[in-house]
Amino acid sequence: MESTIVKAENYNSYFGDNHVVKDVNISINKNEVIAVMGPSGCGKTTFLRGINRMHELIPNATSKGKILLDGENVYDMNAIYVRSKIGMVFQRPNPFPNLSIYENVVAGYLLNGLKISKADKDVIVEKSLTSAALWKEVKDSLHKKGTFLSGGQQQRLCIARAIAMQPELILFDEPTSALDPISTSSVEALFHELKTNYTLIIVTHNMQQAARVSDRTAFFYMGELVEFDDTKKMFTNPADQRTQNYITGRFS
Amino acid sequence: MEARIGIRNTKSVIFKGIIVFFAFLITLPLIIILLYIIKQGAGQVNWHFLTNVPAPVGEAGGGISNALLGSFIMVLIASVIAIPVGMMAGIYLSENPKTKLAYYSGLCVDILQGVPSIVVGIVVYFWIVKPLGTFSALSGSVALSIMMLPIVIRSTEQTLRLLPASLKEAALSLGVPYHRVILKVIVPCGFAGILSGIMLSIARIIGETAPLLFTAFGNPYLSTSVTKPMESLPHLIFTYATSPYDDWHNLAWGASFILLMFVLVLNIITKLLTRKWKVQL
Repeated sequence: MESTIVKAENYNSYFGDNHVVKDVNISINKNEVIAVMGPSGCGKTTFLRGINRMHELIPNATSKGKILLDGENVYDMNAIYVRSKIGMVFQRPNPFPNLSIYENVVAGYLLNGLKISKADKDVIVEKSLTSAALWKEVKDSLHKKGTFLSGGQQQRLCIARAIAMQPELILFDEPTSALDPISTSSVEALFHELKTNYTLIIVTHNMQQAARVSDRTAFFYMGELVEFDDTKKMFTNPADQRTQNYITGRFS
Repeated sequence: MEARIGIRNTKSVIFKGIIVFFAFLITLPLIIILLYIIKQGAGQVNWHFLTNVPAPVGEAGGGISNALLGSFIMVLIASVIAIPVGMMAGIYLSENPKTKLAYYSGLCVDILQGVPSIVVGIVVYFWIVKPLGTFSALSGSVALSIMMLPIVIRSTEQTLRLLPASLKEAALSLGVPYHRVILKVIVPCGFAGILSGIMLSIARIIGETAPLLFTAFGNPYLSTSVTKPMESLPHLIFTYATSPYDDWHNLAWGASFILLMFVLVLNIITKLLTRKWKVQL
């Protein structure tokens, strides 16, 4: 039995008068990898940032409709609580430059002033870094600054930081667009691993990436969710002409 | 064509020579001032000089302990006022650059920076000295803190504005509340820049005489009471250098030397600390 973890109901986002996400309805199951693709400016990132209420932090940004997380509307919850329950990884790796690798992993606890014992921290750090496939590379330099790592390592550190908060859902906003091909493949390989414990929603520009890593793919165009289906089907036999045009490269 | 290239190369060489010359030239005033003050003042400085109050005219010896202590106390109080206020205002300006309040308060900061220090002194005289009926160290500190504010505000603002927005988003996405994002992430990441602004503002006010003329006034005796007049290094230099006595001139030279050394050391410490604490983004 598949259970729904995130469900959007008639969800709309605006920047001032600019309607960027239009009436999106989507239902995402636990332990799925979802790719969200579409041309630039189609609203895919804005939709993603609506899920953990990061969208509203931008001046003039508003939204309408519901996003249900485990059946509860996130817009009825405290925004800070929502953000701590949902992990997020950004376009550019953004480890905290004032913190060590170790502190970066437990940053969600440190910065929120949550008191946890050294032993618990050690466990969380090792587990999270192992899940993010970074433990072996950094276990001898945990107390160096996170910014000394390579771009790909930094991005995996950011993934470890998100995992450390034990979220059910992790949002990725074009997580590999600032990385070189080798780092990209190391992060992509990680998505397969993470699937067993987490639900992943990955916004990507890169169609090949969507095809490689996801179970289901959502195609956004001009703020609308055009099509949402199994990734294989989307790339071989899309139902909508616009999806067809996009994946065959007729527009980008 | 080849002749042309020769001429163009020569012009480049001449231009480089000119900028090197001016870069060297601007170091001269400081070096000359330094050497002169060291020559005049260093000889005056000894333990007796640092631990005694000025001697009356005609008496040998005497020192500047009252001015040292006074400057220390007043700069300390001014810092306690100006640093928190300036940092908070600077954080607001960098966080909300597009608001009306930011525009007008930024404008005020710029104008405040241009207000002559003597005017600040007079205003504080009417605000504090007159109502209280006495010159006081406290009023001097307030005048100095007003001089400090623009530097602290602008350096905080400019440092924090250079931090990438992704840093703030990283913290917010972890569910960290806004005040902790600022205090635990943004300010620590910009700390080196903020600190160097604070140090520069201290170096700036420690030598200010004009704001103290109508406020702290001066005091030939050792005093720790903030509600009474208090001596300061620049004010001591001003009064003693303009006196007709050779002994007092020497005292002023010695005080100048101490003041200069303090500013020099403060600048060097700032450079070292900012290098050490600079956060690699």
